[in-house]
Amino acid sequence: MKFPFKVKIEKRIEDLPKWMPLVTSLGAVLIAFIISGIVLYLIGSNPIRVFKYFFSAAFGSWGAFSDILVKATPLILIGLGCCLAFKMKIISIGAEGQFFMGAFFASLVVLVPLVPLDSPKVLVLSLMAVMGIIGGALYGLIPGLLKAYFNVNVIITTLMLNYVAVYWNNYWIFGKYSDLGFQMTPTFDKVAWLPRLADMAKEIPFFSGITLHLGVVFGLIAAVLIWLILKYSRWGYEITLIGDNPKAAEYAGINIKRNIILVMVVSGALAGLAGMSEVTGVVHRLQEEISSNYGFSGLIVAWLAKLNPFAVIPVAILFGGLIVAGREIQPSGLSFLIQGMILFLVISSDVLLRYKIRVTRREEEVV
Amino acid sequence: MTMTNDDYPFAVEMRDIVLRFPGVLANDHVNLNLNKGEIHALLGENGAGKSTLMNILSGLYRPESGEIKVNGSSVHFNSPKDAIASGIGMVHQHFMLVPTLTVTENILLGLNEPRFFMKLTKYDKKILALQEEFGLKVDPAAKIWQLSVGEQQRVEILKTLYRGADILILDEPTAVLAPQEIEELMGTMRTLVEQGKSIIFISHKLNEVKAVADRLTVLRKGRVTAEGIDPTGLSRGDLAELMVGREVIFQIEKEAQQPGGVVLEVENLSTINNRGMNAVNGVSFSIRQGEIFGIAGIAGNGQSELVEAITGLRASTGSIRINDTEVGNCPPRKSIHCGMAHIPEDRMGVGTAPNLSVTKNVIMKNYDQSPISKGWRINYLEAHSHAVDLKEGYDIQAPSVETQARKLSGGNLQKLILAREISGKPQLIVAMQPTRGLDVGAIESIQKLLLEQRRNGAAILLLSEELDELLELSDRVAVIFDGELVSQMDSREANLNTIGMMMTGSLRSGE
Repeated sequence: MKFPFKVKIEKRIEDLPKWMPLVTSLGAVLIAFIISGIVLYLIGSNPIRVFKYFFSAAFGSWGAFSDILVKATPLILIGLGCCLAFKMKIISIGAEGQFFMGAFFASLVVLVPLVPLDSPKVLVLSLMAVMGIIGGALYGLIPGLLKAYFNVNVIITTLMLNYVAVYWNNYWIFGKYSDLGFQMTPTFDKVAWLPRLADMAKEIPFFSGITLHLGVVFGLIAAVLIWLILKYSRWGYEITLIGDNPKAAEYAGINIKRNIILVMVVSGALAGLAGMSEVTGVVHRLQEEISSNYGFSGLIVAWLAKLNPFAVIPVAILFGGLIVAGREIQPSGLSFLIQGMILFLVISSDVLLRYKIRVTRREEEVV
Repeated sequence: MTMTNDDYPFAVEMRDIVLRFPGVLANDHVNLNLNKGEIHALLGENGAGKSTLMNILSGLYRPESGEIKVNGSSVHFNSPKDAIASGIGMVHQHFMLVPTLTVTENILLGLNEPRFFMKLTKYDKKILALQEEFGLKVDPAAKIWQLSVGEQQRVEILKTLYRGADILILDEPTAVLAPQEIEELMGTMRTLVEQGKSIIFISHKLNEVKAVADRLTVLRKGRVTAEGIDPTGLSRGDLAELMVGREVIFQIEKEAQQPGGVVLEVENLSTINNRGMNAVNGVSFSIRQGEIFGIAGIAGNGQSELVEAITGLRASTGSIRINDTEVGNCPPRKSIHCGMAHIPEDRMGVGTAPNLSVTKNVIMKNYDQSPISKGWRINYLEAHSHAVDLKEGYDIQAPSVETQARKLSGGNLQKLILAREISGKPQLIVAMQPTRGLDVGAIESIQKLLLEQRRNGAAILLLSEELDELLELSDRVAVIFDGELVSQMDSREANLNTIGMMMTGSLRSGE
């Protein structure tokens, strides 16, 4: 006796309902948590209690939520840069390096110093933002030029340049700018600190201890800009066309080399700004540990957001939550487990968008 | 699964096959009988359901209802594997070969044997024996990329024969071939049938069907309009009417008209191909307003490179002038702005972005011009109405202008490209193989559109391997051989025989 149902996978021919990608992505996140729960159960803990603690550690208080937004800020900026590059099918994984270069260039403003430290805060911070953007952009320019003129594989160059950036940073913080021989610079003068909500605690007591800084506003503005670019601009159209069929784009008279360079520069600039926001908003010095793998998590964020600039924000917050909660629980690998599961399942769930699964009764098959 | 039943007259019987896709009844109670040892032609326009029917027979799709019998016994295919086991082999229009592997390796790919140690010379012999039997000559040790298209097709046929196919489905096999190769293929088909194989031959080309098929079945919009009829005595018009459902005018109406001033002037143009070898050598010609200049030639004699050089997609030496503006070696944007339209050879690979909507595809050439472009942004409302206008004006069949281009049939995709290119009011149209692989209805409308542009005073460069079409449409013709224009002549004085000899290089200049 045969199993009475048959499962058949068929290619989707009709257009996809608009809600479908959202539902499958959310479903994938849910399943990731369920699988992680099973793993937790197998190692002998109570998954319900762990998740309860996990969520309260992440979303339980305004303070914790602000921590999440702080973690989400660089993820948003980097994720947006990746959206742009991925839309053109340039697989740049250099955000980590561009982040470090942005942080380094921004720090130069106070370390050299490029302006007297008694200048107005607005001037110092603006200059640092510009320097951060320049640092990241230059670091994106290198693989961009190599790709455009010599067709060098971007994955390789950006990956390698990440290491260069980290060691470049180390050279300076161990050497010339070291604080008493520790692998960090001295704390920046307060003039180079991005304003935090906690700064307003005197007027509004509710904000006391809230670490959220101005960087998150950079992220939100960038999201709107990238959305406008991709959805409405001529440049966005060129990027989309190149991403779908570079030969057709060339045939349409689009300058592909210029676009490769531009996209790499802009995505680098966003990562650089993230680096600036991190050193001025969170750590207030240049040090070895400024990135919790933001460059790589940002890449995942862009992917999970299906390259939609607005979807980047909630996804970055989810990942921020995983980072914050990961600090609180043992084994701390749990948050990496969940991150990995989410990425894996969301990418797998794409199958549901391209194919449909039909369950039919066996009897129907018989004519 | 196969029962050997030598006396049974039918190789394949398909009865009342029904298959529905969302919104389309792709096969509506279709019948098809394939006799043993016959060549059975399957005709129909694009989207008539031919490919669906053949995909059912080769196990890719399962019918909702209906019965399939192979050699008299009922079969239910769950996968192409089952169909292969029943002796059915399909040669797809687009070859499924690995370019860097040898012929033998491609033929063995996916089989259980050889298992681990690959002593391929043993298999070379087996394949040579198979070649001997069916007259399919190709070097087993050659790499696929070294082979001509015709040879690659032979490898595909050998692949199915090696898997023990008795029933061969050839999906538009002639679409990719040069005239001589078509002759050879027809010879092969006859040999195969003599050796006891049965063939289903899908084609758009009526003269080929008449030349080679024993019987034919015609599909129109998912239904059979003629089942297993004898093609002798049928005229091209009769067949076309069965396919399209109305009378088709084969006579191209081309009024005599006096060409105007020179639009395109090409002088001493040379360029190299992707492998760095000379592809075009010192070609010179000019085209005037309201004139169609046709270039005939067998594929691979420099046509693609010539077109790419003229349209700015390939570096070149020499001079190319559009209305006295030099565009040689300039980026494509320059020639686009000089009023050049380009209908590329490869519709999916070059002419369109398959995953983008019809709207985004029709604004490819004018997205940076008003009114589509508005400051830094694209006016998508304007783009949308432009797309709707073109869709209606050029009768592009698609559910909406938001549909992805890849969901359009070949004919509609080509109409989209023509609509886009012509709507820019071009002064010069470069068209390469504009009707290749299209059905009669679509060919008719594409040819009409080109002639209309000629009336409007556009200069047209037409490259086609369809000699009849080229001679009928063009005012002047030239033959390209080995990267050189052999001769230029008035198309009314052109002689098919002479042109054929020039195409193969046996005659180097027009006498």
